[in-house]
Amino acid sequence: MSLDKATVAKIAHLARIKVPDGELESLAGELSQILTFVEQLNEVDTKDVPPMTSVAAQKLRRRKDEVTDGGYAPQVLSNGPETAEGFYVVPKVVE
Amino acid sequence: MTALTHLTMAGALDGLAKKEFTAVELAEAHVRAVEAVRPFNIFITETPDAALSMAKASDERRAKGEAGPMDGLPIAVKDLFCTKGVATTAGSHILDGFKPEYESTVTSQLWRDGAVMLGKVNLDEFAMGSATITAHQGETVSPWSPGAPGAWDRKIVAGGSSGGSAAVIAARAALGATGTDTGGSIRQPAGYTGTVGIKPTYGRCSRWGIVAYASSLDQAGPMTRTVEDAAIMLRSMCGFDPKDSTSVDLAVPDFRAALTGDIRGLRVGIPKEYRVEGLSAEIDALWTQGIEWLKEAGAVPVEISLPHTKYALAAYYIIAPAEASSNLARYDGVRYGLRVEGGSLSDMYENTRGAGFGREVRRRILIGTYVLSAGYYDAYYNKARQVRTRIKWDFDEAFKSCDVILTPTAPSTPFAIGEKMDDPVQMYLNDVFTVPINLAGLPAMSVPAGLGADGLPLGLQLIGRPFDEETLLRVGQVVEKAANVTALPPFVA
Repeated sequence: MSLDKATVAKIAHLARIKVPDGELESLAGELSQILTFVEQLNEVDTKDVPPMTSVAAQKLRRRKDEVTDGGYAPQVLSNGPETAEGFYVVPKVVE
Repeated sequence: MTALTHLTMAGALDGLAKKEFTAVELAEAHVRAVEAVRPFNIFITETPDAALSMAKASDERRAKGEAGPMDGLPIAVKDLFCTKGVATTAGSHILDGFKPEYESTVTSQLWRDGAVMLGKVNLDEFAMGSATITAHQGETVSPWSPGAPGAWDRKIVAGGSSGGSAAVIAARAALGATGTDTGGSIRQPAGYTGTVGIKPTYGRCSRWGIVAYASSLDQAGPMTRTVEDAAIMLRSMCGFDPKDSTSVDLAVPDFRAALTGDIRGLRVGIPKEYRVEGLSAEIDALWTQGIEWLKEAGAVPVEISLPHTKYALAAYYIIAPAEASSNLARYDGVRYGLRVEGGSLSDMYENTRGAGFGREVRRRILIGTYVLSAGYYDAYYNKARQVRTRIKWDFDEAFKSCDVILTPTAPSTPFAIGEKMDDPVQMYLNDVFTVPINLAGLPAMSVPAGLGADGLPLGLQLIGRPFDEETLLRVGQVVEKAANVTALPPFVA
């Protein structure tokens, strides 16, 4: 499997990571190397083998859907790069 | 008396109980040692004031007869565990300035039991790596590097991703350290530094408050200088936590009580598929020696087969990046850490993540995004999860004929910084013996077993049945005693 520059640029956009144009070519090479490496999985017979969803031999616990925590907005916001009036501030989304 | 920084945890507990020294004296000696190891770039954040005040409180508890099972023991914390009010970076630029408002479950249990925090130690960025060379804060140098600090002939890696944790105990600047292991990140650095590291069964230690890499594989564990110390520290780290949905509600045994030395009749599985191409002759010989040691102690070696071993790395390098791409979506410049402005919200996200993530992290997020994208999900991600099931089945089958499995920890002695750096796949091969265990969710440990011809440490790995850390520790101590590795690194604090 070989990825081209355009595909890498598309994945980078999906992942919301800015990649300088000058790095796309070498990144395409590195990612292609990894994808070639993982192609060997096609040798494994996985007919009727269930995909693993949990490695622990237990079901996820259930709990009541109720509020058990909260009431400390200042702590939640304390690490925000920009906050105001109890909210996170982001660039304008709607004109 | 042994220098305070050269004690084992068991020895230090003994000395504290007998009033040979105080927790404050022990902490002071370690704070000086932490300063002495600065050339190795082990600590990201030193917390000497916290260490001394925690030690003072420990002495007061002990005076009242209320000492906990780890009371007064100075330890280091991998900078992947959230620590309240103390910067937590995950080795990444993107977490600049982040000071958690909460404490991880594992570290809070260690403080509950009396441990003393020396600081936060280096790792590969977001725990993605095998050498502790990818952090924004720079690479950690192993105390095993030949030559004087700063004038090394070769800068040897401490392994990774828990390389700071491994280096700090090898350099005698902490009695133990927390690690995390997603594909070998506790066991491989333990092997590379001549220390002991355990990755417990998935679900044993709470993941709550640990910066997530690949949630279905991540597991915390102790790193120490002896198997007995690992048993002491593991007990404090384990336990059910309702805040982690995959935490298992199971009683925590007194692991130290399992160290009976009696392994007569125990069946030790030797997987033939681990004799991989590229396995160095001296490691092969050490493995054979390990089998002999266990035989002499009355155990019975059994050849076993783990036929899908060779596919584990490939499955891992789909599953781990896939989970990482999802877990690391949270670093968006809005709620914590770095923010690089842009004209629009989307530009701000892309600028922040472009500047904040290092090359290896970016590579894994992109691979993960690709294998989860429409049209490729079945071909890559589902296929890898099916192979993961087959790897788990291999172990289920093998444990019908054995009680524990013995393998090397890594295929070679540690390499020097600058080597193996060009080809990501070559770097991934360091983890060939450790990755299958995470995929199967099993407990495993690395025990120091000797030195290579280059004078660098070699470890053997033991793999156990789910939740049977006790057998693991019991056998591990037999290996430790038989190997009797007494060599110290060229530098000790």
